[in-house]
Amino acid sequence: MPVLRGWKRWLPWLVVVALALILPAVLPPFRLNLLGRFLSLGIVALGIDLIWGFTGLLSLGQGIFFALGGYGLGMYLQLRSLAPGELPEFFGLYGVKTLPAFWQPFNSPLFTMLAIWVIPALVAGVLGYLVFRNRIKGVYFSILTQAALLVFFNFFNGQQKLINGTNGLKTDTARIFGDLVGSAAMQRNLFWLTVVLVIACWLLCRWLTRGRFGDALIAIRDDEPRLRFTGYNPTAYKTIVFALAGAMAGVSGALYTVQSGIVSPQFMAVPFSIEMVIWVAVGGRGTLIGAVLGAVLINYAKSLVSEALPETWLFIQGGLFLLVVTALPDGLVGWWTAGGPQQILALMGSTPVAPTYPQLDLDPGVLAEKEQLRSVGSQPGGAE
Amino acid sequence: MDLLYDTLFNGLAIGSVLVLAALGLAVVFGLMGVINMAHGELMMLGAYTTFVVQNLFKNGPLETLFPVYILVAIPAAFVVSGLAGLLLEKTVIRRLYGRPLETLLATWGVSLILQQFVRSVSSAFAIGLVLAVVLGVLFPRLSPASLWRQRWTPLVGVGSWIVSGLIGIAVASLLGGVRVLDQPWFSARNIDVTAPIWLRGSLDLGALNMPTARLFIIALTAASLAAVMWFLQKSVWGIRIRAVTQNRSMSDCLGIPTETVDALTFLVGSGLAGVAGVAVTLLGSVGPNLGGNYIVDCFMVVVLGGVGKLLGTVVAALGIGVLSYVIGSGSLLLVWPAMPAGLNELVTFFATTSMAKVLVFALIVVFLQFRPAGLFPPKGRLVEA
Repeated sequence: MPVLRGWKRWLPWLVVVALALILPAVLPPFRLNLLGRFLSLGIVALGIDLIWGFTGLLSLGQGIFFALGGYGLGMYLQLRSLAPGELPEFFGLYGVKTLPAFWQPFNSPLFTMLAIWVIPALVAGVLGYLVFRNRIKGVYFSILTQAALLVFFNFFNGQQKLINGTNGLKTDTARIFGDLVGSAAMQRNLFWLTVVLVIACWLLCRWLTRGRFGDALIAIRDDEPRLRFTGYNPTAYKTIVFALAGAMAGVSGALYTVQSGIVSPQFMAVPFSIEMVIWVAVGGRGTLIGAVLGAVLINYAKSLVSEALPETWLFIQGGLFLLVVTALPDGLVGWWTAGGPQQILALMGSTPVAPTYPQLDLDPGVLAEKEQLRSVGSQPGGAE
Repeated sequence: MDLLYDTLFNGLAIGSVLVLAALGLAVVFGLMGVINMAHGELMMLGAYTTFVVQNLFKNGPLETLFPVYILVAIPAAFVVSGLAGLLLEKTVIRRLYGRPLETLLATWGVSLILQQFVRSVSSAFAIGLVLAVVLGVLFPRLSPASLWRQRWTPLVGVGSWIVSGLIGIAVASLLGGVRVLDQPWFSARNIDVTAPIWLRGSLDLGALNMPTARLFIIALTAASLAAVMWFLQKSVWGIRIRAVTQNRSMSDCLGIPTETVDALTFLVGSGLAGVAGVAVTLLGSVGPNLGGNYIVDCFMVVVLGGVGKLLGTVVAALGIGVLSYVIGSGSLLLVWPAMPAGLNELVTFFATTSMAKVLVFALIVVFLQFRPAGLFPPKGRLVEA
C-alpha cells in the first residue's frame, strides 16, 4: 500500500473518531447495538486473520475461545446481581445447592477481566501446542479444531447443572455501576468500549505483523520447512499466535455477550465458527482492516437480508463462499489494492493511469501470457 | 455374556452407519486429497431421494412392490448423489485442486446452498432455476460471436449470467403466485420415511434382540465395502484411480485420462454418500440439517483410520462405534458394579450420547498425539508438503 503523507495520513482516524461520536446520536438504539455487536465480532476476525491470513492455519474452532470469553463474563454478571449466599436462579431448577467450585473466582471483577482473555489463550495455547508439536497442519489442523469445537459444544450443551446447558446465561438483568446492562445508556458505553478495543487490537496486530514476528508468520505460511531449516522453531511461533488469536476471540466473545444479552452453547455451533472465516475471506485475508470490515459488512448484510427475505440468506452466504474462493482469493480489500477497480474500468474502455508502461499492462500478448501462467498454477496437484 | 453380545451388536450398528458415511469421504479425501464439506449434504440428498422413491411406491400401480422399494432407492440415491457430486467436481472443485483449504470453504458454501435448496425448492423455484441455467448456457451460442472476442468479454460473460439469474428469479416469483407451484416439495420440517414392514421388526435370538433395520444397515455396509474394494482393486478404472493417486504426472504420461479419473472418483465417493443417506432414513426422521450431524464424525473416522486406507476407515469407524456405545450406555457399571465411588461418578458423568462423544473425541485427539498419521499410516516416504 502506498504510504500516505500529511493530512491524508490522519484522515482515516478522523473519520473513525467522527463516526464513533456521531453514530450513537443518529442511529436508533437497536441499530447501534447491532453495530456494536458486529464490531466486536471484528476482533475475533482480526485473530483469525492473524492465524489464517498471515500464518496459514485455518482454524474452524475459534468459537471455543469466543464462547469461553463470553461465558467468563456471563458467569460474573450472573453472580453480580445476587445477595450473599444466593445462587443464580437456574441452579434451583436442577436441584444444585452449592455453587460449583469453578464459579467461585468469578465473584471477583478483577479475576473476570483477566479470565475472559487469559483462559481462552491458555486453552488455545495448550491445544495448539499439542497439535503443532506433531506437525499436524493444513486440513488436518482444520478438522481437529472442528472436532475440538464439537467436544466443547457437546460439553457445554449437556451440562445443565454446571452452566445451565443449552439455555445459556443471560446478562441483561445484571447491573454494572448502577445501570442495567441491557439499558440504552449502558449499551452506548459498551459501543464505545468496543470501538476502543477494536482499534487497540488492530494496532496490536499491526505492530505484530510488521516486525520480525510477522515475517516469521508469513514465512510459516509460505514455506514452513524452509523456515525450519533456517533454524527457527515454527511450533513456538504457531503456538504463540494461536494463543493470541484465542485471547482476541475471548475478548470479542465477552463484548458480544454483553451486547446481545446472552451467552449460550450456540456460540460454539459448527457453522458459526466457519462463518467467522468467511468474514475474513470476504474482507481480505492478510489485510487487517479487511478482517474488521468483512465482519461488520457481512453481519450487517446478514441482519438486513434476514429481516427482509430470511430464506435467501443461506443462498447468499453459500454464494459468497464460492465467489470469494474462486474469484476473489484476496477478498475485497485485496482486490481493491491489487487494482481491481482499474481493471474493470480498463475492460470498459478507459485507459488506466499507470505509473509506468500502461501499454505493456494492456498488451494482448502480455495478458495472454499472464492468463497462461495463472492456469498453470491451478493444475491438479493431487494428494499431498 | 449377553451384555458382551449386546455391546458388540449395538457398537457394530453405530459403527456401520459411520463406515458407510465415511466410506465415500475416505475415497474422495484419501485418494484425491479433497476436503468435501458437502459430503453430509450429499448424504441428505440420498435420504431425500429415498423419500421420493418411497412416495412413488406408496400409492398407484407400484403399490404391490412397496416392500422392496428400498432396493430401488439404493441405486437411485447413488445416482442422484453421484451426479450432484459430479456437477460439484466439474464446476467448483476442479478449479481448486492443490488448494485444500480453499476447497474446504467452497464446499462448505455448497453445503449451505444445498441445505437451503431442499428447504425452499418448489415447482416455481425449480422452473426458475432451470430457466436461469438454460439461458446462461445458451447465451454464448445464440449471441453474435464478435461479442466474445472483445476486450470487455469477461464483463459480457459475467453480465449474461447475472441477467439470466435475474430472469430466473423473476419467473420464479411470478410463478410463485400460483398456489400449486409455490408449494415447497419438502419444506423445512423433517421428513419420515416409512420402512417396509420387514425392516421394522426385530430378530429374536434368545437373549439378544436385533432390530432388522440395524441388520440391514450392517449388510448394506458390508456389501458397499466389498463393492468398493472390488472396484478399486480389480476393475480397470479402479486401477487407474490408484495409479493417479500414487503418481499423477507419471499416470498422465502413460495415457491415463487423469481428469476423467478425478471426476469418476468424485462420482463414486458422492454416490456412496447417497447410499449412506438411504441407511440413515431407517434410523429415524431426516431433515435438511442431516449432514451437519455426520460430517465431523466422518472426518474423525478418516483421520483416525489413516488417510488413504479403507481398512483403517473400517477399523476406526467400528472402534468409535463400540467405544461410543460402551461409554454412552454406561454399561461398564453393569460389568463392574462394585466400582470405587469416584470412578463410578466419572462413568455416570459421561453416560449420555453427547458426553460420550466428548470423551471419544478427546481420546482421538490424545491418540493422534502418539500416532499423528492415524491407525494405519501410509507406508513409504512422503514428501512433506
